[in-house]
Amino acid sequence: MGFYIIKRLLLMIPLFIGITIISFAVIHLAPGSPIDMATDLNPKATAEVKERMRALYGLDKPLHVQYWNWMGRLVVFDFGVSFSQDGRRVADKILERMPITIFINVVSLALIFLVAVPIGVLSATFQNSFFDKVTTVVVFIGFAVPHFWLALLLMILFGVQLGWLPISGLKSLNYEYFPLSAQIWDRISHLILPIFISASGGLAGLSRYMRANMLEVIRQDYITTAKSKGLSARTVIFKHALRNALLPVITILGLSIPGLIGGSVIFETIFAIPGMGQLFYASVMARDYPAIMGILVIGAVLTLVGNLIADLSYALADPRIRQ
Amino acid sequence: MRMEENRVHKKGEKEEKLRHLFWKRFRTNKLALAGAFIVLLLFVVALFAHWLSPYDPGQIDVQQVLQDPTWKHPFGTDPLGRDVFSRMIYGSRISLLVGFVAVGISTLIGIFLGALAGYYGRWVDNLIMRFVDVMLCFPTFFLILAVIALLEPNIWNIMVVIGITGWMGVARLVRAEFLSLKERDFTAAEKALGAKDFRIIFRHILPNALAPVLVSATLGVAGAILTESALSFLGIGVQPPTPSWGNILTAGKDNIEIAWWLSLYPGMAILITVVGYNLLGEGVRDSIDPRLR
Repeated sequence: MGFYIIKRLLLMIPLFIGITIISFAVIHLAPGSPIDMATDLNPKATAEVKERMRALYGLDKPLHVQYWNWMGRLVVFDFGVSFSQDGRRVADKILERMPITIFINVVSLALIFLVAVPIGVLSATFQNSFFDKVTTVVVFIGFAVPHFWLALLLMILFGVQLGWLPISGLKSLNYEYFPLSAQIWDRISHLILPIFISASGGLAGLSRYMRANMLEVIRQDYITTAKSKGLSARTVIFKHALRNALLPVITILGLSIPGLIGGSVIFETIFAIPGMGQLFYASVMARDYPAIMGILVIGAVLTLVGNLIADLSYALADPRIRQ
Repeated sequence: MRMEENRVHKKGEKEEKLRHLFWKRFRTNKLALAGAFIVLLLFVVALFAHWLSPYDPGQIDVQQVLQDPTWKHPFGTDPLGRDVFSRMIYGSRISLLVGFVAVGISTLIGIFLGALAGYYGRWVDNLIMRFVDVMLCFPTFFLILAVIALLEPNIWNIMVVIGITGWMGVARLVRAEFLSLKERDFTAAEKALGAKDFRIIFRHILPNALAPVLVSATLGVAGAILTESALSFLGIGVQPPTPSWGNILTAGKDNIEIAWWLSLYPGMAILITVVGYNLLGEGVRDSIDPRLR
């Protein structure tokens, strides 16, 4: 098992290098240099000053040298200083936003898992029943719905018309005056809609996959054996079929992580949640290159880590993988 | 002479049967037909937008700002007094254009890389598949946003960017098909006849590998439309005054408390369109699925 872990970790290195190469290439697509962007509105920026800035940022060196320097700083988590007004270190900005994004995504993943698996299992067990047909339709529509639209509709329904849930931010304006119980509910209620929107994307896919997988497992010989042994339907389904059907689900959950992180841009912007996605959007709007690069790399690395965890869990669960 | 005659005759007959089979199955699949209908309807709307829309989509009328839906303006008006219904009709053009061009680009890239990987194998395959893995590590939306931020948000850039971030699935499909098809007899025969690699790949193996690509492309159009509308919604896609379903929804978000119609209708249009393409894609997939023969 340890051998598998080491092998798996080693595989991450070329992927990480690939990620950095592509991120670097992306950022250097920009027409015009970042120096021009930073000094465009400053009439006092003479050509000489621009040259000095170029040397300062190392932009006058050849590309591969720039790449090497950047990589060197990356591995010690130095993402440079933000181009925007506050001029803070990018690493700081990302760090203060990461927890909330990770929190929402983890809760979404858990929600997806807890809801999609039973739905998939029930659909497979009672194939072609009314329940199955209804869920198939709902899932299908779920695939087609634009998430930001769903967010808007839910905001209108629950926020504006019914007034049940707040529609922006992490806490209400008069949060400090709330008693503890109200504070807790306030926090939770602000997160309900964002988490739901974040999860709705993956739900459709996973329940569909679970259903297909379960159907395949049920047709296996060992299930027929279990049934002919006289085991109750419950034991057959939960103890034998489910365990086997669940294994690939772990991989699927890992694969849906980039989708979740990417989706966070949309719902964080809509619900004004101060997370990584919203920071990315703001940086993109402000053409804040160091921040854009930093978050791009972090996003990809988070995906890498997520996939690693998924693979390791799979290896833990399925002994066949370990050789 | 005789053998050639038989061969030509048989080949024509078999091809005829396959196409017949596909259409027969497609025709009886009601959901697939519904999807096809929606897709065709959208084409008609986009094509005849000029005649179908009651108002000029860019016509600003300050006196009619943010009106509720009425008979005069069936979907209401936007913050500049423009008729939403007309803007939505013209918006269908953007959606279809972006959908098809983006998918065209991603399919071409995917076919090219997948064919190379599947046919040559070994280090070529390895290199290309590593590249696919790396690309899949990026949250696609992040990548698209970053690239569009660096270039400017106009419709051509959007199409290209969606295209170059969406080819990975097609590449894997094509590679899988090639891996199996290159073991077949006709490939060995071509090689024995001295055909060059290029010819074998593109003239002989590829036509047989295209069936799943068609399905993937149809579903890809749906995905591209969703992505374009999300980008326009965030303000980094199609810029106003050009109407796009996504950027009407931006106004919907900004006026969420007073103009629900700006949020409801464009989203429904996107939903119906995507459902249509998904149904069509699934229908095509079911109709060519060899396992059900």
